[in-house]
Formats: sequence, structure tokens, C-alpha cells
Amino acid sequence: MIGRFWKPAAAEPMPAADEETTRSLLERLDSAAQARLGRSLALLHVNGGSCGGCEMELRALRGVLYDLERFGLRFVTAPAQADVLLVTGALTRTLRVALEQAWDATPDPKWVVAVGDCAVDGGVFKGSYAILGGAGSVVPVDLTISGCPPSPLRLLSGLRALLEANARPATLRVADRRAMERRAGELRAPDDR
Amino acid sequence: MRALSIIRAAGAETCHPWPRHILRTPDWAAMVQALPEDPDLALVALWADTLQVHALFHVVGAGRIVLASVPVEAGAYPAVSPARQGAAWFERAIHDLWGHRAEGGADLRPWLDHGTWAQAAPLSARPAAAEHASEPPTFLPPVAEGLASLPVGPVTGTLDDAFHLRLGLRGETIAQAEMRLGYLHRGIPALLRGKAPRTAARFVARLAADATVAHALAFAEAAEAAMAVTVPPRAVALRRMMLECERIAVHLDDLAAIAAAVGASSVARACETPREWLLRGLEQAFGHRLMMDCVVPGGIAAAVGPAELQALRRGIGAVSAALPDLRRRLAAGACLPRLAGLGRVSSGLAAALALGGIAGRASGRRWDARMLDGFLEYAPALERAGDAAARTRLRIAEIVASLEILARSLDFVPEGEVSVALPMVSGEGVACVESARGDVWHWLRLDHGQIAAAFPRDPGWALWPALEAALSGAAAEEMLPIARSFGLVAAGVDL
Ligand code: SF4
Repeated sequence: MIGRFWKPAAAEPMPAADEETTRSLLERLDSAAQARLGRSLALLHVNGGSCGGCEMELRALRGVLYDLERFGLRFVTAPAQADVLLVTGALTRTLRVALEQAWDATPDPKWVVAVGDCAVDGGVFKGSYAILGGAGSVVPVDLTISGCPPSPLRLLSGLRALLEANARPATLRVADRRAMERRAGELRAPDDR
Repeated sequence: MRALSIIRAAGAETCHPWPRHILRTPDWAAMVQALPEDPDLALVALWADTLQVHALFHVVGAGRIVLASVPVEAGAYPAVSPARQGAAWFERAIHDLWGHRAEGGADLRPWLDHGTWAQAAPLSARPAAAEHASEPPTFLPPVAEGLASLPVGPVTGTLDDAFHLRLGLRGETIAQAEMRLGYLHRGIPALLRGKAPRTAARFVARLAADATVAHALAFAEAAEAAMAVTVPPRAVALRRMMLECERIAVHLDDLAAIAAAVGASSVARACETPREWLLRGLEQAFGHRLMMDCVVPGGIAAAVGPAELQALRRGIGAVSAALPDLRRRLAAGACLPRLAGLGRVSSGLAAALALGGIAGRASGRRWDARMLDGFLEYAPALERAGDAAARTRLRIAEIVASLEILARSLDFVPEGEVSVALPMVSGEGVACVESARGDVWHWLRLDHGQIAAAFPRDPGWALWPALEAALSGAAAEEMLPIARSFGLVAAGVDL
């Protein structure tokens, strides 16, 4: 009964992935990794000292209106399942070890995305005794998504750039793709929040 | 109320709107001794500057707010934690930030400082370069033999805070729970010092995003009180509307998280969708989805015209339209029965911790900062059960109340300017605002227009200890729904 009154909202139309970002990213991705991953990426959020704003927008992105899985993106909860680390926050000195450990525990090939102005370079907190100044001060960053916080659409367009760069050579063999799809099915995050 | 009379007998310095009493050290010690006889005198915050330690007390029933200070002598002051359990985290933070020792304190372990900072006691008169001896946090010894220790965090992969929770398990039951926060410490109190309030507001807005409006507003009101500045009525009205919008958005976010934690994903979706429409309306109305930097000392950051108000109306309308469906889903589903009895907080514990917000009111504590300012005769909804279900029901009740407030205010936004220039004066002020999670307090002292000292008290200082208490005795598998029902955010406590 209740279901009749509730219509799921249509997913948002997507802006094109940013060409510039895509190009700069391509240079850093090796083709073996692209072939292995194809067009599906598992995202792990690592809080590096955030005010919580970037997380709010990541949650909105995961929510029903942005339909992440349509783009082959999904959130996971452990480094061992992740392809991409989404690092938020200015990287406090105290969270340095946590980020390093998450990075070490993520299997290769892996990517790091700095989410939000803080993670890009420390943002407004630059110069504080308590921070290191962004994800890049500890791990290699492949993509930065600026904004304080970046809106869900901006996050999506950045992550799409990552996907597109990642899927560029159409060399993925059918068998590989099948295996990958199976893996994607297994790893599909339950409603974990 | 002997403790209160001791405070009142001491001379006071001017702090607007409540004077700050300066107690001699023996009088402060006598006050602490008398506190156990005055359970109604709730300790809201304990903080410091380079010379004194300050306490903020609140008598909820009487609406009385009292500030007391004690000079720091030879690096120490008499601890408050023997008489108020909520004081312990504050005392540990004071030691980490200012270097003052709580003589006789219940717990002297570091709190915010995990041994990683570039400076030791960064807010003291002469901060020393820290020797980099990063030590893992130490935890309390097990309360009983044979408990299995389960660490949670700081990386949780759940799209929220970094914290560390150490559980002691006996079989499937949580026998002991200890929080360790401080991971998100960005050094905000130090960043505020020496800046004009307008500049400092950018840091305040980033203390905790879920209360960016509430923190910015309490900070602005404290600064305005210190400077004796009156804000134009249009700005006052729009600020209050932003605050209610923030409350609705955060309650919807929390409800979605609670629902997801008990597997009610259709309820979660019914919260996420209207929240997203509200945020889009807020972006069009105020220029930012979370309204970060929209409230500034002296008023609001940008003028809001008829088109903006119309966008706001649409965003709010989307929530109103979705509410009946959300309520039906909650009432019909298994969500509330699943939450009944979970994570109970007694009224005694709520009072002892000065627990405010939804969590306090769910345990029958009749306190909402909106009762203070006469902005409206606000009678907050109350519950008695103190469990996760009560906290969930109250969130729905508050969304309804906020929508009503907004509907009434939208048609009566006064015309005129939205900000005033700030004078370069000296003064001291304190202010309190009700965020979605409870009472946010800001204190600051200005020296010729610049911040000499400041402290923000986030509601998390009471919420996290309440979670600690509520977890012990709970089943391990109930941890997530219990935690979600408190709506915890560490960033505001971590500073
Ligand atoms: S970028 Fe902005 S929203 Fe994101 S963590 Fe930093 S201050 Fe918060």
C-alpha cells in the first residue's frame, strides 16, 4: 500500500567527465591495471581529519538520488576489498599511521583520491601544528577533487574521470570481464551505514 | 546550593551576558567539595587560557547559567572530576592544550594529544617543540578477568568520523566500552587566536559540519555580545531559519543512519531523498548546501532576496511533502520496535553529564537552548524512556516542530540590512545555540578586536560519554544501532 505513494526520484543527469582531469590521470595509470579493473571500482573512505562535511556529501552521493552503481562505483568497508582510497581531511598527524596502514592493506593496483580542499593541501588548516597538510603528504595522490566540501555531482564527475581513464584501452578480455563482474557482485556493499 | 553560593560570593569580571566569577584556589576547592550536594548544578564545560581555568555551570530547571574561574598556580588547579564525571575529558584536554595539571583529577592520561603534534601544550604561554615519541593510546585495564578485547577504528569505512572504541566482550555482551577521541584534532583553538572574529569564523564553521550553522551562530553571538553589537532583525530572522534547516537536514541524515543500522533501507531512502532536495534548496537560497560560512559575526554573509527565499520555500516544501510517508514507514515498520530498550540513558546520567539535545530530552531532561533566547516560547518535546526508540521518535517530532517554525517565519522576514560593521573593541562574551545534537556554547575574549582566547563547547562532550555508558551491558550486535541513535560526531570535540 505505502509503496504506491512513494515514487523513487529519477537519477540525476550526469555532467561530462572533466577532460583535463582525465588526461592528467591517464598519464599515471599503467595499462595492466586498467585491463584488470575494467569499469568497476570499489571505494574505501579514509577519514584523515575531516570536519565531517566531505563525509556528508559522500553519503549523499551514496544515497538514492545519485545512483552510484550505475557508474560501476561502490563503497566497501575494508582496505582488502578496495581499489580506491577516498581520503578526506587535512591529514592530522594522529591519523597518519591509519592512512598508511589502509594504503598498505589495499591490494595493487590502487588509487588515492584526495576529497575536498583539506585533503588536497590542508585547506584552511594549513600551518597548524596538528596537521600534515593533505593526503599527498603521506601517500601518492592520483586525483584531487577540490571544494569545501565538493558537491555530490563534483565528486561523481571526479570519480567518473577516474573510471574513464581506467577503462580507456578496450583490451579487456571477455573472460576477465566476467570474472570482474562476478567479483563486483560479491563485493557489492550491503547497506553498511 | 552551597557550591553556587561559593561561586556567587566571589568577585566577577564582565562577561556578556553572564558575569564570570574569579575564585581563589581554596574557594574553588571548596566549590568542588560542595558539588556532590548540588546535583542540579550541571557542568557544561571546563576549559582554560594561559592564566586561568574556567567552568560553565547550568541549572536547568532554573535556567541559571554561572561562570567560574580559578587562577592556575604553579601549573596546577584543583580538579573538578572527583565531583563531576563529565569533567575528566575536559581536564585531560586542558592538560594537552594548555599544560595545566588537574590536581587530584580522576584520569590524567592524555586525551587530544596522541604524542604526534609538532608542539607540546600548543596553547600555553611558551609551547615547547614536541619530541616525536608517538605512543599508542593507553586504555583502562579490563574491569574483569577474561574479557575479549575488540578494537574498532579509527578507519571504519562507514563514511563518517575517525574514532577509536575499545570494547571488552564477555561472550556476546559488551562488558566495558572505552572511547578514545582526538584523531581529528586540527588545532582550531590555536588557529582562532590573534584573529578578528570575521576571519576566525571560517575555522569555527569547520569545527563540525553537522553543526556548522550552530557553531558559527553561537560564535557570532558570543562575539557580538562581547562587542555590544546589535545585529539587524533581517539577519537575526534568517540565521534562525538556517539553524532550523540545519536541524532538519541533520535529523534526516541521522534517521537514515539509524534505519540503515537496523536494516530498514526503505526508511533510510525516505530520509535521504527529501534531505537532498532540502540541501539543493539551501544552496540556491544561501549559496552553500550545508550553509558553511553563511553566518558571520555581525550578521549573515550574503543578502537573501525574494528568489532565494522562494528556493528555500521549495526545499522546505519537499521535506513537508515527504514527511507523511516517512512517518508511515516508521510507524508501520520494524524499525522502532527493534530500537526499543536499546542504549538506555537514565535521567540521572543525563543530568550528571549535562546531556542536552535529543539525547537529553529522550531521558526527560527538559532543556533546549531555544528556551533561552526568547526567540519563541519553545516547549520541546520530551520522552522518558531514554532508549534508542525515544531518541528516534524525538527526531521526527523535532522535524515537525522545525517545519512549523519555518513556515511561520518565512512570511515574516523583516526587511533591511543583513550585517553590521564590527568595532575594534575589547570585551568578553558567551553564547549558546541549540544544534541538532544539543547545546553548542562559545566563549571568547577580544582584545582590541582580536581574539585573545576562545573555546567552543560541542554537544559531543556529553554525547560520547553517554554512549560509553549506554554500551556497557548491551549485546555486541546492537552496537551500531545504539551508536547511531546518539548521532555522534567527533570533530567538534576533537577541535
Ligand atoms: S574540505 Fe571542507 S568540508 Fe571537507 S573536511 Fe575540509 S573543511 Fe570539512
